[in-house]
Amino acid sequence: MRHAINRRHALALATGAVVATTLALRAGPAHAAKNASDEAIKAFTRGKEPVRGKVRLELPEIAENGNTVPMTVTVEAPMTEESFVEEVMILAEGNPNPGVISFRFTPSSVAEANTRIRLAETQNVIALARMNDGSVFSDVKQVKVTIGGCGG
Amino acid sequence: MTSRRDFLQIAAATAALVPSGWTRAFAQQRLAQDDLLAFEPMGNVTLVHLTDIHAQLRPVLFREPSTNLGVGEARGQVPHITGRATLEMFGIPGGSPLAHALTPEDYVALARSYGRMGGLDRIATVLDAIRAERGDKVLFLDGGDTWQNSYTSMLSKGQDMVDCMALLKPDAMTGHWEFTLGTERVKEIVEGLGCPFLGQNVRDAEWNEPAFESTKMFERGGAKVAVIGQAFPYTPIANPRWMIPNWSFGIREEDVQASVDKARKEGADLVVLLSHNGFDVDRKLAARVRGIDVVLTGHTHDALPQAVKVGQTLLIASGSHGKFLTRVDLDVRDGAVKGFRSKLIPIFSDVIAPQKAMAAKIQAIRAPHEAMLTEELGRTESLLYRRGNFNGTLDDMICDALLAEREAEIALSPGFRWGTTLLPGQPITREDVYNATAITYPAAYRMAMTGARLKDVLEDVADNLFNADPYYQQGGDMVRVGGVSYAIDVARPAGQRISDLMLLRTGKPIEAGTSYTVAGWASVNEGTEGPPIWDVVAAHIRRKGTVNPTPAQVSVRGA
Repeated sequence: MRHAINRRHALALATGAVVATTLALRAGPAHAAKNASDEAIKAFTRGKEPVRGKVRLELPEIAENGNTVPMTVTVEAPMTEESFVEEVMILAEGNPNPGVISFRFTPSSVAEANTRIRLAETQNVIALARMNDGSVFSDVKQVKVTIGGCGG
Repeated sequence: MTSRRDFLQIAAATAALVPSGWTRAFAQQRLAQDDLLAFEPMGNVTLVHLTDIHAQLRPVLFREPSTNLGVGEARGQVPHITGRATLEMFGIPGGSPLAHALTPEDYVALARSYGRMGGLDRIATVLDAIRAERGDKVLFLDGGDTWQNSYTSMLSKGQDMVDCMALLKPDAMTGHWEFTLGTERVKEIVEGLGCPFLGQNVRDAEWNEPAFESTKMFERGGAKVAVIGQAFPYTPIANPRWMIPNWSFGIREEDVQASVDKARKEGADLVVLLSHNGFDVDRKLAARVRGIDVVLTGHTHDALPQAVKVGQTLLIASGSHGKFLTRVDLDVRDGAVKGFRSKLIPIFSDVIAPQKAMAAKIQAIRAPHEAMLTEELGRTESLLYRRGNFNGTLDDMICDALLAEREAEIALSPGFRWGTTLLPGQPITREDVYNATAITYPAAYRMAMTGARLKDVLEDVADNLFNADPYYQQGGDMVRVGGVSYAIDVARPAGQRISDLMLLRTGKPIEAGTSYTVAGWASVNEGTEGPPIWDVVAAHIRRKGTVNPTPAQVSVRGA
């Protein structure tokens, strides 16, 4: 994932008023990945059950290049002092290291961020959004990573 | 102009070769250009849809598939109905011209009776007739896969098709194989095209900015008609991405909705999606995107004699290789479709007279190459066709050629949906070989591949065809194999469909850890090396004299 980091930061920052940090999850590959994402989810949600909605992931159904998959995440939130999205976390279940990136927002942010992520194989990408009142919302989208060819 | 008498003589002469064709040829006495074009006009807008001609300027034989499986919600639905079931569903008499055009039933005998279909000069005649009748009500739209897959289109980098299509004056087009000409050439053509090249779903890969116009607004019969273009969403996956590195595609359903909403806001009375999504993708899209009146769908080569209605949206599928045009008349008033009538017009080339200007243009394009293209390489003992989910006899011949000429144990050939058909006993010309192989990345590679990798490749392609969600399908039919047999359960999930892989040479199972010599072509990887596939196939046919390809051995379950 190393070569993607500079560009990822640059793009995330370019969307404005968003501070992005790559998640410092240290999980072993394969079977450890699921546990790692469960733990990451627990730490992020602080015990709240994620509800589907409000956060929306835009990803291609099939990746043109698994090494750099364009991703946009948007959150329906008024972005006022009273009500705003605090943080969005992106997880890629099937990656050796499932933590992809997290975006922190302030009331003056636009509740949207885009970046490019690397996906090792066909898998679900999960977005979790925590609001300032502690409620948590989620979205999930499957992205297929394919060998390609044979085009009609 | 071929007179009716000429045609009857041709039909009778060919029918004499096949006694079973006699009565059908006799039945053709009733077939005439006027009948093929007969249409009771209605309303104030006429759409004419042409798609997937794959650069075939002249009439061809193209056998429709006998196996075209639908999965998920598409199971057993049109267009996944073939042969007799198609005839029953649409009430088409067996042995009739339309039965021949739409199904592989009794294909050889009927092909000899009814002759070839298509030809851009015949299409020109039909368009002239529709325009003469409907004047400024007509919108002629090209669904793409127009500029590539014949010899002259390959040699001229699409220029032959661009020049001929210019004579037909399309109002807009979209694309797929067009992109295999590469970024610079596509840009160059589009600049001087004379009609908009629409693709709402093609973006600059770096900044996500539109690479092409999304929508074009027209005035027809007093109505504002918005045409939104949708290029093949998986072009950079199914075809070489390195040829178009700066363009990103995708279905981009939300953007389709945004384009529709914008068109409505700008006063569109009729919204048309000119799409190269493929039928199942368009059926799903039509159910999810609000406000599309008509989807002119292409890519999967389905020819449907009736419009399919999804909610308020009409889906029109107009076949391939120039075999058909669809005419759709619409009564558009107060921003809504009040009524419609559609007809899939079969282009029987012996019945419809060629338009002189187009015929002359085609002749001029072909003249320098005619002698080479008509050179006979050998003969075929059996029917050679490509279309079908798992195998085609034409691909069996290509696999035989790869195995023999490239000295391989296993051959892989792409599941393209295009390519013309040859009848038993027919000579195989160089042109026939190009019609099955003419692409811009033709290298016939030879490489070592483990059994595990081979299975991965087959699983991957199988999921691209049989994923239950059409948005996750990409590409063509199943990759064709030579030298191995396998079983496939189309209903299983990804990675679990393929089993019983066996190397035919030894009769032993393919071992995951063993390395095999594999030959194939149409690799999407840059820098693939090998002779062009047409040379490999031509050498094989010459060597054999008469070909009778080894049938592929695929057993299918879960259908």
